Amino acid sequence: MNLATALARLLLFPGVLFAVPVAWFFLWVERKAVARMQGRIGPPFMQPFFDFIKLLGKETPERAGIAGTLMKLWPVVAVAAAAGAVGLLPVLPASGGFEGDLILLLALMEVPSMCIIAAGFSSRSIFAEIGSVREAVLSVAYNVVFVLAILSIAAAQNTFRLEALAQRPAPLLEWFAIAAILGCLPAKLHLNPFSLPNAEQEIYSGPMTEYAGAELALWELAHGLEWVAGTGLVAALIAPHLASGAVAILLFVALCCAIVVLLSALAAATARLAIDTTVRFYWRCTLIFAVVAVSSMLFLRGRS
Amino acid sequence: MKLWKRLMCICRRRSPWLFHLNAGSCNGCDIELVAALSPRYDVEQLGARLEGSPRHADILCITGPVTKNSVHAIETVYGQVFAPKAVVAIGSCPATTNVFIDSRTLDGPLARHIPVDVYVPGCPPRPDAIIQGVVHAAVILAERGKDLPPMPQSESAPQEVQP
Ligand code: SF4
Repeated sequence: MNLATALARLLLFPGVLFAVPVAWFFLWVERKAVARMQGRIGPPFMQPFFDFIKLLGKETPERAGIAGTLMKLWPVVAVAAAAGAVGLLPVLPASGGFEGDLILLLALMEVPSMCIIAAGFSSRSIFAEIGSVREAVLSVAYNVVFVLAILSIAAAQNTFRLEALAQRPAPLLEWFAIAAILGCLPAKLHLNPFSLPNAEQEIYSGPMTEYAGAELALWELAHGLEWVAGTGLVAALIAPHLASGAVAILLFVALCCAIVVLLSALAAATARLAIDTTVRFYWRCTLIFAVVAVSSMLFLRGRS
Repeated sequence: MKLWKRLMCICRRRSPWLFHLNAGSCNGCDIELVAALSPRYDVEQLGARLEGSPRHADILCITGPVTKNSVHAIETVYGQVFAPKAVVAIGSCPATTNVFIDSRTLDGPLARHIPVDVYVPGCPPRPDAIIQGVVHAAVILAERGKDLPPMPQSESAPQEVQP
């Protein structure tokens, strides 16, 4: 992958130009799915777009000093990292990629949550700090499972290359790992029952409490891009490429959409758990999945 | 430029985010406001949603007759909402201080402290009325843009309201 193709992937496809509308679409699907499940009609199709433009048109607070500069910086870093993560997804078959891009994807997907932690602490608001602490505890809890599950898949297929992983259908034993990854996604995306960090109303808006205007718009965008990256990763692992061109893109988005609906259904059906219950859940329940996944992969490798 | 302005106007109108502030209300209006946000009335169709932080909000929904203790909070929170913003006074209390008139613990009505855009009368108003008030405020906010109405002068504001 040379510089030109890398830039094209980051900025055009499947990066910013493709990912931003898809991110808005997924945010809408999530809200609409929750609304339908509650027997409501839900927001209009363009709602995430309206919200984004409106936030751009709002005033942004003046912030002084280094903390102020940092506060402006964090949402930009978060959006850049999330867009980079989406740029690595193998949406089209034979779209390039390089050995080890799975590791880079994992690292980039982790950056927005680090930014959220840092943003909460640099805003010096007590509610934001509580939210940041929760986010930090949560990310320690789910990341062990998440990384173990991904590692087991990579070990079984003997590659860290996303494209190679996306080309093969998932063998039966790999579904343990995929289940573990799906179990981590609600925490990564701050959905119920793991919506602790941004617990609306409970601690105001968590780490975002002090953000307004364009900065908040960037956070919303980063959240949408995280949706695309998270669901896209699962979609790439589940289904092999069946078609090419526009059909492949449509299939990919449809599969991601199904995952979004699944996660929204979970979010609509559950209430927020307390932090200790959440951590216990990840360390006790999903860890079993991850351990089973790793051991079955080792078993598979030993046999072949 | 003109296109951008029109787009911005539409987006502001279609995405009012609310922040709820209780200025000594009897809780009747708060319950009705929460009812208006419940699935039965589904304000999300209008793009409205309740925000946890006043920094994110566009429309400030204030209930209650403005007790002396809450004046400072009202002014602070009004300052924390960034322009463009609008204020909806929910219930008869913020409009006239209602049944609490002449109480020595009050410093109402609300219009003495911050500019109010929409009054939703009723004790308490029905959820549909509250939603209509929010929609009306969103239209006002979209047309007004970033410049704000003048703050009320304490002398010119009505000192006493006859019910
Ligand atoms: S208007 Fe009526 S219901 Fe509302 S706060 Fe005042 S007294 Fe209570």
